[in-house]
Amino acid sequence: MSVALRLTGVHKSFGGHAVLRGIELALAPGKRLGLIGPAAAGKSVICKLACGLDTADQGEIEVLGEALAHRSESSLGGLRRRIGMLFQSYALFDFLTVAQNVAFPLEQRGGLSADAMATKVADRVRAVGLHGSEQKLTSELSGGMKKRVGIARATVADPELVIYDEPTAGLDPVTTQKIYDLLAADQARTGASVLAVSSDVVALARFVDEIAFLHAGVIRYRGPAATIADAPDPLVRQFVRGELTGPLDEAPT
Amino acid sequence: MITAVGAGVLRIAEQVGGIVVLAGHVLRALVSLRAPRLDGRELVKNLYKMGNRSVPIVMLTAFFAGGLMMLQSGPFVKQFQADALAGWGAGYAVLREIGPILIALMFSGRVGANNTAELATMTVTEQLDGLRALAIDPVRFLIVPRVLAMVVTLVALTVIGDAIALAGASVVGHFLLGIEWSTLYYSFVDNLEPYDFLHGVQKAVAFGAAIAVTSCFFGVSVRGGAVGVGRAVNAAVVAAAVSIMLLDFFLTFLLA
Repeated sequence: MSVALRLTGVHKSFGGHAVLRGIELALAPGKRLGLIGPAAAGKSVICKLACGLDTADQGEIEVLGEALAHRSESSLGGLRRRIGMLFQSYALFDFLTVAQNVAFPLEQRGGLSADAMATKVADRVRAVGLHGSEQKLTSELSGGMKKRVGIARATVADPELVIYDEPTAGLDPVTTQKIYDLLAADQARTGASVLAVSSDVVALARFVDEIAFLHAGVIRYRGPAATIADAPDPLVRQFVRGELTGPLDEAPT
Repeated sequence: MITAVGAGVLRIAEQVGGIVVLAGHVLRALVSLRAPRLDGRELVKNLYKMGNRSVPIVMLTAFFAGGLMMLQSGPFVKQFQADALAGWGAGYAVLREIGPILIALMFSGRVGANNTAELATMTVTEQLDGLRALAIDPVRFLIVPRVLAMVVTLVALTVIGDAIALAGASVVGHFLLGIEWSTLYYSFVDNLEPYDFLHGVQKAVAFGAAIAVTSCFFGVSVRGGAVGVGRAVNAAVVAAAVSIMLLDFFLTFLLA
């Protein structure tokens, strides 16, 4: 497997509005790639395309060595079991408790004894700082707690590719750093490939190896995370530094 | 004007097509021999939620529906001194038409609407995508148990409702019209056929399937947030009511 994820010439429109206009993006196995960009740039769309939850209008998508084009829903099952995804809106099952949500991927995969599953779930819940909340329904949780349950559920089965859509949105800076430390430790332990979308560029830059900047439907820039604030592209610099005036205001969206 | 009518027709065609496609998926999941993976917990939970909690309201409605049939037919029966046919008149109408149709409409308003709201909320909060991301088919996991539960529950409620409606007809016949208990009993037993009962049960199966599939379709095809959920519930109740009436007509024609 040469790449964990590759998007080649991917286009996607919604109701006549072109959101993605030829995305070229590749993620090497075991690497962490951050994806940033203005609101409604199509970052979450890329996450869903990568998980096979939506289909591209044009272009090719390869995930963990498998092409997604022309795949039926049922044929994607095996591939999806190798992917963990955290949704921006959490997508937690409101008919299940915290522990049941985290256990859900393990139950569906099978192969673990009840004791082993309970231990794994307890470890994961403790790791995201939700020990003591196992029996709560997700409707009883705050936004930050829901986010952490989502992270626990996305990573509990040790997937080969993990997609985090805004993993720290709504969390305070301390919890944000704790979460990124946890994600980094997880990734180091499992060797998984990671695609992380976040608006918190500073925190994201400490977690990922590289960052790609999505703007006007294309990947406008890609470079090392450590130097993203000094990127040669003035558009990227303005976005990362949060400057109110600059080329971003004039650039087409 | 023409544009509006055309758009309306297209929208209805799209919805009917979607309902048929979903029904096909459900049927395929039901008959599939390849790891059906029907979630037993979901099925039991839905059977309880949809069935058990509907019994009181169905009993109340059925009792008065049966009584109403007797009140409507009673004066003519008395006029022609045909007390022996009083039970037949009320029973025939209850078992073949009023029982299945009234209970189905109640069921649609209570259970179908609730089902649409639940699924629509799950859709707009991306829980269905969450299932798909975990390699779980939402049709198998969520829809099939609900469809099965709704069909089984509506048949059971119809059977219970039929019995209660006949009891209601008897009580009204005896206390308001002065017909003897034994006359009412023999009127039922001598004039009603087992097929009259089965006719209603067959309709209950069809109504249950129609309510289930339409309520699930509008739940999973919702667009927009809370407003979309409200619209979906409204559309599901209307579609179920129309389906029940159309199915009733054609089934009565075919099964008569």
